[in-house]
Amino acid sequence: MPNMSLVKNPMPSQEPDVRNKNFLEVALGYTEEQALDEAQRCLNCKNPLCVNGCPVNVHIPQFIEKIVAKDYEGAYQVIHETSSLPAVCGRVCPQETQCEMHCIRGKKGDPVGIGRLERFVADWHNEHVNEAPAKPEPNGHKVAVIGSGPAGLTCAGDLAKKGYDVTVFEALHLAGGVLVYGIPEFRLPKSIVQKEVDGLKAMGVKFEMNMVIGRVVSIDELMQEYGFEAVFVGSGAGLPMFMHIPGENLCGVYSANEFLTRINLMKAYKEGADTPLMPLAGKTVAVVGGGNVAMDAARCSKRLGANVYIVYRRGMEELPARHEEVEHAIEEGIVFKTLHNPVEIHGNDVGYVKGMTVIEMELGEPDASGRRRPIEKKGSEFELPVDCVIMALGTSPNPLIKSTTPGLEVNKKGGIVIDEAGMTSKLGVYAGGDAVTGAATVILAMGAGKLGAKGIDEQLSK
Amino acid sequence: MYRIVTKKVLTPTLVLIEIEAPMIAKKAEPGQFIILRVDENGERIPITIHDFDREKGTVSIIYQVVGATTEKLFHKEEGDYIQDFVGPLGNATEMPGCKKVAVVGGGVGTAIAFPVAKKLHESGVHVDLIVGFRNKDVVVLEDEFKKACTNYYVGTDDGSYVRKALVTELLEEQINAGANYDAVFCVGPMMMMKFVCKVTEKYNIPTVVSMSPIMVDGTGMCGCCRLTLKEADGTSVTKFACVDGPDFDGFKVDWDESVKRGKMYGEWERRKHEETCNLVKKEVK
Repeated sequence: MPNMSLVKNPMPSQEPDVRNKNFLEVALGYTEEQALDEAQRCLNCKNPLCVNGCPVNVHIPQFIEKIVAKDYEGAYQVIHETSSLPAVCGRVCPQETQCEMHCIRGKKGDPVGIGRLERFVADWHNEHVNEAPAKPEPNGHKVAVIGSGPAGLTCAGDLAKKGYDVTVFEALHLAGGVLVYGIPEFRLPKSIVQKEVDGLKAMGVKFEMNMVIGRVVSIDELMQEYGFEAVFVGSGAGLPMFMHIPGENLCGVYSANEFLTRINLMKAYKEGADTPLMPLAGKTVAVVGGGNVAMDAARCSKRLGANVYIVYRRGMEELPARHEEVEHAIEEGIVFKTLHNPVEIHGNDVGYVKGMTVIEMELGEPDASGRRRPIEKKGSEFELPVDCVIMALGTSPNPLIKSTTPGLEVNKKGGIVIDEAGMTSKLGVYAGGDAVTGAATVILAMGAGKLGAKGIDEQLSK
Repeated sequence: MYRIVTKKVLTPTLVLIEIEAPMIAKKAEPGQFIILRVDENGERIPITIHDFDREKGTVSIIYQVVGATTEKLFHKEEGDYIQDFVGPLGNATEMPGCKKVAVVGGGVGTAIAFPVAKKLHESGVHVDLIVGFRNKDVVVLEDEFKKACTNYYVGTDDGSYVRKALVTELLEEQINAGANYDAVFCVGPMMMMKFVCKVTEKYNIPTVVSMSPIMVDGTGMCGCCRLTLKEADGTSVTKFACVDGPDFDGFKVDWDESVKRGKMYGEWERRKHEETCNLVKKEVK
């Protein structure tokens, strides 16, 4: 008999007033008892709509059924068939707009906590199963993967499972891409990313760090001189966007990419790290933008002792961030100045930020994106005293691969063009993730990595 | 990990190291830079390539000991390893169609001007290499410099070596003497580059400057290295030194902004340097 409770088991979490002062993981994960209780809320639908809502089509009812039977490793294996990063997805996927949005239980009450169950299963596996995944029989084909973010790791994993000899080239000194430089420790502990990378290494995937493809070696050279038969480009998002308002280059104005990289990748918040970050204790920070990256930057600032505003030009309803991130941010004491937009940033006489002029906005008719267009309220400008401004406005594709790969077609925005098999305009070169779509989510990048792996496999096994 | 093949202390605060990095050596071109990290806790710092040996598979850099990272690096000896060494980054210096150029370098910038001067000189361009140092104690690499140019001019701020002259004065003398340069390439402290551009603008000589703003990833991701170029029509545009540069049209650079941005972590750097020095002293005891 299923559990007919209308509410999801709540996620045990650190108290807001405690966690906003540390970088430890916020959500603590279900206990076995909670997981069993939540798993029993699944109706095991004949036609599970949740599966269609998942970009990598995890067999959701099957893994939940295994939880009910207390076969947690079995549940992990079900997820792992289609997703190579369960511990990551269980934490950072926007389930409310994917699997859980389609859950039949959500019609009346809360949907099943699919993401929380996925995380429980993945953590159980990481804690209890130590055996390395088996090394598949080599099939003799060599593939290069550019970038070790979610798209690259997924593509490498899928190909390695089929016996391909895969080398991942990473530009930074640590593997994981946005999972290590972008998403903060309190949302995704870096040890989890490391575990996924180690798993791939055990399967025979090679990782080459400090390799900026396009500079040290071009894609053409990888294929012609180094013997790679196919290449998957998962180089991620590129340069941060700015608003092009006066004062944006003052000291104390960061892109979210820079701010988060200093904190997450370079550990600037830790004693002993050599990478500097402006001191934020007792200071006021304005984060401009409303996506997950904006929430991450705001919550990091809070943990460094700042008073934090989110300045977003649309309303609370329109915030593109995951619900959970917004809720967490509010609980942690971040002040939302929605329907506000910066006009100008002011500096003191030595070039540091001292304030920002913002203007009130109102929502007009829906624009091309379907969202209501924000319009400035004339004469509503006022001064917001701030010491630091973080621009979290998205990114535009990195020009490096395009400019060093003749024959690689890109669209107007600079994203790499691919066909339905994930292949670019160059034979044998596939691409996916933010390098194709512009800034998106981890799970969409993983879906693209899967597609690329499938395309490469079909081409090379012909 | 990357091995230090040779280390030469040029002056008490200026050091040349040659690093084993065959893939980078194969691709490096004058004007490009690398990013290095000394150890696990290290920051990523960009340093312009001084020289490279494709056959030997090595890349040389010259650094000045100014902060914690360069202090740590200073304590690495021949045969030691550094954690990370990435490159070649940025675009190579291009001076197409030039027959006669002045390459101007100041301080540690002279070391960076060297590969550009050498490349142009080897390709048959007339190169006047104009370099300036604070005093005679910090004059370095003169034999190498002389081989990389047609004429070599040197001055010191205090007149303790050859003559008392700033690079701007040496450059203007040559211009007035009828040098008729097609272009000037300039690298050094930001203030020096700004004033060199003031001179060349007067004579309308196109001037390329090599910018070295603060960077984090150096690959076109973080946007820390942005600078403003002012166009003639009054508009301005943001550029990223790591992917758009490091060379820019010196007449367009917003110098005041770049100078301020360059000082963003000055205080931190001084404090960190002191801490590192104290730590090193303790270890020595």
